[in-house]
Amino acid sequence: MSSTTMTQKQGFAATLWDYLTTVDHKKIAVLYLIGGGFFFILGGLEALAIRIQLIQPNNDFVSNGFYNEIMTMHGTTMIFLAAMPLIFALMNAVVPLQIGARDVAFPFLNSLGFWLFAFGGILLNCSWFLGGAPDAGWTAYAPLSVVSPGHGVDFYVLGLQISGAGTLIAGINFLVTIINMRAPGMTYMRMPLFTWTTFVVSALILFAFPALTIGLFLLMFDRLFGSGFFDASLGGNSIIWEHLFWIFGHPEVYILILPAFGVFSEVIPTFSKKRLFGYTAMVFATVLIGFLGFMVWAHHMFTVGMGPAANSIFAVATMAIAVPTGIKIFNWLFTLWGGNIKINSAMLWSLGFIPSFTIGGMTGVMVATAPADYQYHDSYFVVAHFHYVIVGGVVFAIFAGLHYWWPKMFGKILNETLGKITFWTFFFGFHLTFMIQHFLGLMGMPRRYAVYLPNQELELGNVISTIGAFLMAFGAIVFVINIIVTTTKGEQVSGDPWNGRTLEWAIPNPVPHYNFKQLPLVRGLDALWIEKTEGRKELAPAEPLDDIHMPNPSILPFVMSLGLFIAGFGFIYQVDHPSWLIVLFIGMGITLGTMFIRSIKDDHGHHIHKEDLDEEAR
Amino acid sequence: MKGWMGKIRVLFLLSLLTFILSGCGKENLTAFLPKGYGAEVSLDLIILPLVVMVFVFLVVMAIFVFVLVRFRQKKGQEDFIPKQTEGNKVLEVVWTAIPILLLLIIAVPTVQATFDLADESSKGDALNINVTGNQYWWHFNYDEQDIQTSQDLYIPTGERVYLNMMSSDVIHSFWVPSITGKMDTNPENENTMYIEANEEGVYYGKCAEFCGPSHSLMDFKIIAVSPEEFETWVADMQNVDPEETVAQDATEAVQEGRELFDEYSCINCHAIGSSPTAIGPNLTNFGDRTKVAGVIPSAVDEQYSKEDLVNWILNPDELKPGNKMTDAGYLSDESFGEEEASKIADYLMQLQPSEITPDDAGEGLTVEQ
Repeated sequence: MSSTTMTQKQGFAATLWDYLTTVDHKKIAVLYLIGGGFFFILGGLEALAIRIQLIQPNNDFVSNGFYNEIMTMHGTTMIFLAAMPLIFALMNAVVPLQIGARDVAFPFLNSLGFWLFAFGGILLNCSWFLGGAPDAGWTAYAPLSVVSPGHGVDFYVLGLQISGAGTLIAGINFLVTIINMRAPGMTYMRMPLFTWTTFVVSALILFAFPALTIGLFLLMFDRLFGSGFFDASLGGNSIIWEHLFWIFGHPEVYILILPAFGVFSEVIPTFSKKRLFGYTAMVFATVLIGFLGFMVWAHHMFTVGMGPAANSIFAVATMAIAVPTGIKIFNWLFTLWGGNIKINSAMLWSLGFIPSFTIGGMTGVMVATAPADYQYHDSYFVVAHFHYVIVGGVVFAIFAGLHYWWPKMFGKILNETLGKITFWTFFFGFHLTFMIQHFLGLMGMPRRYAVYLPNQELELGNVISTIGAFLMAFGAIVFVINIIVTTTKGEQVSGDPWNGRTLEWAIPNPVPHYNFKQLPLVRGLDALWIEKTEGRKELAPAEPLDDIHMPNPSILPFVMSLGLFIAGFGFIYQVDHPSWLIVLFIGMGITLGTMFIRSIKDDHGHHIHKEDLDEEAR
Repeated sequence: MKGWMGKIRVLFLLSLLTFILSGCGKENLTAFLPKGYGAEVSLDLIILPLVVMVFVFLVVMAIFVFVLVRFRQKKGQEDFIPKQTEGNKVLEVVWTAIPILLLLIIAVPTVQATFDLADESSKGDALNINVTGNQYWWHFNYDEQDIQTSQDLYIPTGERVYLNMMSSDVIHSFWVPSITGKMDTNPENENTMYIEANEEGVYYGKCAEFCGPSHSLMDFKIIAVSPEEFETWVADMQNVDPEETVAQDATEAVQEGRELFDEYSCINCHAIGSSPTAIGPNLTNFGDRTKVAGVIPSAVDEQYSKEDLVNWILNPDELKPGNKMTDAGYLSDESFGEEEASKIADYLMQLQPSEITPDDAGEGLTVEQ
């Protein structure tokens, strides 16, 4: 009996239980997709509210204070709760398959990482209903974030701390997975680029997120326990927050964009029917970008008053990143060169990415020019720049990746017509929204302005920008419709609908939960393509058919995260009344209790016997 | 025929020029039309990388369009397998080396300009002004001249003026795009930046670092006047006697306003004269300002009226959410009403100690009495 018919026979409750307890990387990918997709829609609605407010000068669609909450939550949600989990959805769905593994190294932690993210995100968004969301910007600069009244920023601190722990766990998990679990023959220099970028990004997460963790702890102590790390009058220093935040924050940009590069490096070769041009250079460019990503954080702080020496060093270091990024752009172009280019939705997003991201990279060099940045900084120019990078790079990659891997994740190809409608409206709307903002910034419009004043010649640009935002929203809605239409009406496709090159396409659809019945033997880059060119349909097995060891599902990660979620409320409200400490202790008790259970209760997983495998094959 | 073509061309060029000019934004606000040294340096370093980057973009786009047209799948070619090229050493070296050269072209002037704009060699001899960012207003202290003022920063044209900047609460950022780029005001350390206005004018400034609910309502002005006019202004401001701020021929309302100003403790936060009290904006030359609270009325080239001022005194939180006047005692005092506010307004509007006003810098607005 195949696993699909089993799922069909399960009731809703059983399916729910299955997903709450799953440690299967493919199902966790679906969970990340649902979670990230939900928050993406939420962040998109916040973006629309921002653009409606700014459609005319002195607008009162929302109050200044509420605007600040929306603006803060838009940034926080999109970065931490939409882009990151959607990237993790792709990583979880693809990386173990691409390296020929049966799961990630720590399936239990994988589940824990997701649930921490989910509960952190929910905790953060609970603030909307509990007296107001955080309102100090997604960067939460001290001392504004310390003195911000109410509990909004407390939710920011606790929510991000919990979901950040999830991200850190996921990063470590992928590091270990990629180092230890590659199939026989899959050397580092045979790894597909998406796996490579995941690998580098996991290292970035490992080193960048602790800086955020520390920053958030300091902020938490300043707000909840009366310390003065960021309070100048108590001998503290608010600039330390800026450094800690950007030591995390700048690598974070690369944490988002490198997997995007990975996606395009898979999609473009597949639909050009050509191997990736300059694979080695691509790998080294990825590593170099990751490395340089840690050297440039202070370019977010040119106006802080660090002095000309620091400003110059960080300016030049930042410009240096343009070199490996340029190498990548040219390598993609020359992958296309001489290819047999098939343009479908996945490819449209990848092709749309090239001009969009090139503009984002160009404005990146422009904002790196410190004396010019004195004008760009904190203006709409910067808003335009980072949306060109994050939307034109990361969001385009997520769309490309979803179109490309949807058949692997769900066994169906997303509707092409709807896919193209989404691309063209979103692409056009995106440029309409953000191109004009470069000019608005230099015309004197600072970012994070709840209102702008009339007669400053800022009206037209803002109207254009708002129209563009609605086009983007339309495109996103069509994509949701596309998912619904495809899920209900789409036809099942084979395991290799695109004539793929990498290992994930060697597995039949639907992917068995153990992925590979026998681990494959990898004989080079684009392992599946090599076999195809030699007339074979699949890879040679690297091991005899034997029992497969798989991990057991567990509800513990869910409960562990739930405990921290509950404890979060205790931490936040104990400043109002000490009785809230009870909630804190209950929550921490649940978390520590489940950790204890996990530690003392042996769980050796289960084996799928080879007789069953044979039967299933028939 | 030729003349006709010529006219078309002139028309085209003219309309292009108008478009470009109108697309530059408001004069004295936009960074595209620099009126000060810092803004000029910044604009140069906006244009240089832009030109280099547009060149790169065109190269990328040329290749991009070419490959899409030339190598797009043709009908019947679906199964064609192109040659699997691994790479090309020469090409890869070229597109590594050329960007490095291009970046050097940008990097060298960048470093030069960064040091140029941070130069403090003439600080000792120059006019120094201490700038304080507050939620949500700006205070200017001419320490050596013993002058305190707020919201409108008077400077002489054609010389470097050093601003020593700090914040009294959260981080703000001082930005006058047409004069110079930003510098943050931090609560813990003083930042120094020099500004230099090339010509007389009223330049619009904004807070650029997110600082709370009224972050977008923290506008201020630089009023650049000729050095002679500046001297006059300094002398006039130094002559202000805080005890004698009511004109000889003042109406009764003004005199009552003066008393109410004390009676309702306005004076505790708002200094008139060179007292260093700066819990709220210094009001010494309030009558010369063109805006109440920096942004009222909100249209840039409109002068405030008495109604605006009365409305502000009565509803500060509505007009500028989160500002500190919201806590002022008079607002909860039942004896304080529109009549009192009106008299205080009369008093404040006649605080015009100097003959040098924004008019002299070309604002072209007169205070309605």
